[in-house]
Amino acid sequence: MLAYIIRRIVQSVLVMLAVALVSFALFRYVGDPITAMVGQETSLEDRAALRENLGLNDPFVVQFARFVGNAAQGEFGISYRLQQPVMELILSRLPATLELALISGLAAFVFGVGAGVYTALRRRGALSTAIMTLSLIGVSLPTFLIGVLLIWIFAVELQWLPSFGRGDTVVLPWGWETGFLTQSGRASLILPAITLGLYQMTLIMRLVRAEMLEVLRTDYIKFARARGLSNRAVHFGHALKNTLVPVITITGLQLGSIIAFAIITETVFQWPGVGALFINSVRVVDVPVMSAYLVLIALIFVVINLIVDLLYYAVDPRLRVERGGVRH
Amino acid sequence: MTSFLTTAPRRLMVSALALALAAGASHAETLRWARVADALTLDPHSQNEGPTSTLLHHMYETLVRRDTDGSLKPRLATEWSIHADDPTIWVLKLREGVTFHDGSAFTAEDVVFSMDRVRHESSGFRALHSAVTGATAVDDSTVHIQMAGPSPLYVQNLTNFFIMDSGWAAANAVEVPQNFAAGEENFAVRNANGTGPYRLVSRDPEVRTVLAHFDGHWDADPQVTEIIYTPIAEAATRVAALLSGEVDVVQDVPVQDIARLEQTAGITVATGPENRNIFFSYDQTSPKLISANVEDNPFSHPEIREAMSLALDRDAIQQVVMRGQSQPSAAPLPPFVNGWRADLNAYGAPDYDRANTLVRGIYPDGFSVDLHCPNDRYLNDEAICQAFVGMLGRIGISANLISQTRSQHFPLIERWETDFYLLGWGVPTFDSAYVFNFLVHGREEGFGSYNGARYDNPEVNAMIESLATMTDLEARDATIAQIWDKVMEDRVFLNVHNQLLAYAVRDGINLPVHPENQPSMADVTFTR
Repeated sequence: MLAYIIRRIVQSVLVMLAVALVSFALFRYVGDPITAMVGQETSLEDRAALRENLGLNDPFVVQFARFVGNAAQGEFGISYRLQQPVMELILSRLPATLELALISGLAAFVFGVGAGVYTALRRRGALSTAIMTLSLIGVSLPTFLIGVLLIWIFAVELQWLPSFGRGDTVVLPWGWETGFLTQSGRASLILPAITLGLYQMTLIMRLVRAEMLEVLRTDYIKFARARGLSNRAVHFGHALKNTLVPVITITGLQLGSIIAFAIITETVFQWPGVGALFINSVRVVDVPVMSAYLVLIALIFVVINLIVDLLYYAVDPRLRVERGGVRH
Repeated sequence: MTSFLTTAPRRLMVSALALALAAGASHAETLRWARVADALTLDPHSQNEGPTSTLLHHMYETLVRRDTDGSLKPRLATEWSIHADDPTIWVLKLREGVTFHDGSAFTAEDVVFSMDRVRHESSGFRALHSAVTGATAVDDSTVHIQMAGPSPLYVQNLTNFFIMDSGWAAANAVEVPQNFAAGEENFAVRNANGTGPYRLVSRDPEVRTVLAHFDGHWDADPQVTEIIYTPIAEAATRVAALLSGEVDVVQDVPVQDIARLEQTAGITVATGPENRNIFFSYDQTSPKLISANVEDNPFSHPEIREAMSLALDRDAIQQVVMRGQSQPSAAPLPPFVNGWRADLNAYGAPDYDRANTLVRGIYPDGFSVDLHCPNDRYLNDEAICQAFVGMLGRIGISANLISQTRSQHFPLIERWETDFYLLGWGVPTFDSAYVFNFLVHGREEGFGSYNGARYDNPEVNAMIESLATMTDLEARDATIAQIWDKVMEDRVFLNVHNQLLAYAVRDGINLPVHPENQPSMADVTFTR
């Protein structure tokens, strides 16, 4: 077990190094950070001096080695754009993104499973048909459009919910800034969470529905019915339980994507999270923030994958036996 | 946003109360102000960037300010003049009885300190003060600024020169602006202590900045007593926030929304000319172009340059691309800038037949060339380029449009890697010399950094250099006129238009459009 974990951690470090290398190679094509850092009056000589001072003239390998060396010590430098330490910036924005991702992931799971089960059991009902049609919209409409549409209906026309921002926040101990504790914070969360979670919700719903239909055809369900069990016990005790294993795996992996792809939702709703920070940094080629963000996202994916792998290991006895066999 | 559900009724109550009590009496009034981007820093000498300076003008003050009509108005300096005996010295009389937000008095020492700080190598404003050799405090309310040579228009460079308290800077170790390579955050990035009409209450970068009126300010009390500043990057969301009543003022209104907002009940749109011209330029001196399919340089032929200007249908671009929100003109100069002339800006109707004849006379099969264009810098920049590509196609010039983000576009001009490009230029000093220095003078030490035309005329260069030290303003204006005539004759620029600015506000709020796009919320008045 321990050897397995160590092996996985070594692999994770290699993955993160690879991500850092690829992102660094890409930065060379994003543009020149100096353009955004100085005013139009700045002379070519001063621009060249600043470029030299920031080490942008160094060969790619030297820049990369310097980045990895500093990153290993937890030092990601100062943002070119906002002039604040990068790590502090990202940590101050992370709670907003995590809260949004958590709520939309949770909502997607609860509503996705509920609607999936319902449409599987009442395949020909009018409501099922309506849900299936609506879910097509969720899969096919781009996130940007859904966000703007929701803003238009609920903020401009009905004026029920705020159109942008995070509302009032409360700072908890350890510096975590939460929007859960104020009324405006909770109201602000609704529209972005729907926008971000809609796609995941339809995905989960369709997955649950397909799995349920599959399971309901199997022999043990027939036996359960033959034993005279109630519909309720058959559907939820036997069928749903057996569909949930792949659903949980997918949901866990999707949580990583929700965090990573919150960029569009955060931009539309001016949500002060790391996604919006990243996109604003890309616009002006703020290399320190971009590189730290990409490494952070890689870290999140790597950690989630590691946990999923370990869960497999714990859940599936066959894995353990096989690995034990290899050792002998 | 302090829960708009509760704010709106409170605002109504406040205004009702004020009406009931007495008209004209000052009362608490909050203004919620949204624009596309946040200030990058609160350090007043670090980033020479529009939104940053605009927000800083509320907390820090300059010696002189640019009024909405383009003229200079006294601010911390009450008088300014060139020294009677020495044309290289600017004499500034300072306002008395001014205090900083922390209570310390404003003196000549603070001006001297700020002048040193703004000239430090990590300052973004350094280039505007390159002619200064030093500043001295003659007494508590008089400062002498020593220039390297006579600089009759230097005072125009002071409109974004913010004054910082020397004592506060020393106490917080912020004697120099942020140095990126140093790896440490400067205290002045998130804290402010100026003499401005508003003091900083709280700041959450890119989320919300709250300012409150500073009771000790020297000027008359403004009607706005609290400002809540929120950046909203997405255009659709910004407009939605105004329509839903969550903000009162939107500074960056998308061009496509202006007409609709004007029709919306409860919203007023104010437009005015911005200090920024949009033009095409091309390499007219190299023997061969990088991207053209012909052996010589087509732009070196005056006939081709004339044909291109005949093909540019400025009115069509104004009506179709800009939806009426631009001022077409022939010279890249906004109307309020010194040196502007009506005859320079007159443009004729396009003449495609004649243009075609001119092009075919030299290149019977026409020619092709790359056109570089930014797509996130100016209003509808990419669409302007697309329109012009179509127009050029009608006269046998096939332009391949390459549009990309600003951080990739501008280095092409800087490194002379583009033959033909779109550029926008503002004139913060309100004097033609600024255009000449950066765009017309041949590229050498301190000159021509954006001269992508590679234009280099020794005669014109000499005239441009003479402008810096001419103290006889009439002779100087004559030289400016002479340079413009030559620049227009050689068609260094193919100007499209001057951009217009639009502010959208809720009814009852009056906010004049500022030509530098630096509106002051202290100028806002309310009508009920």
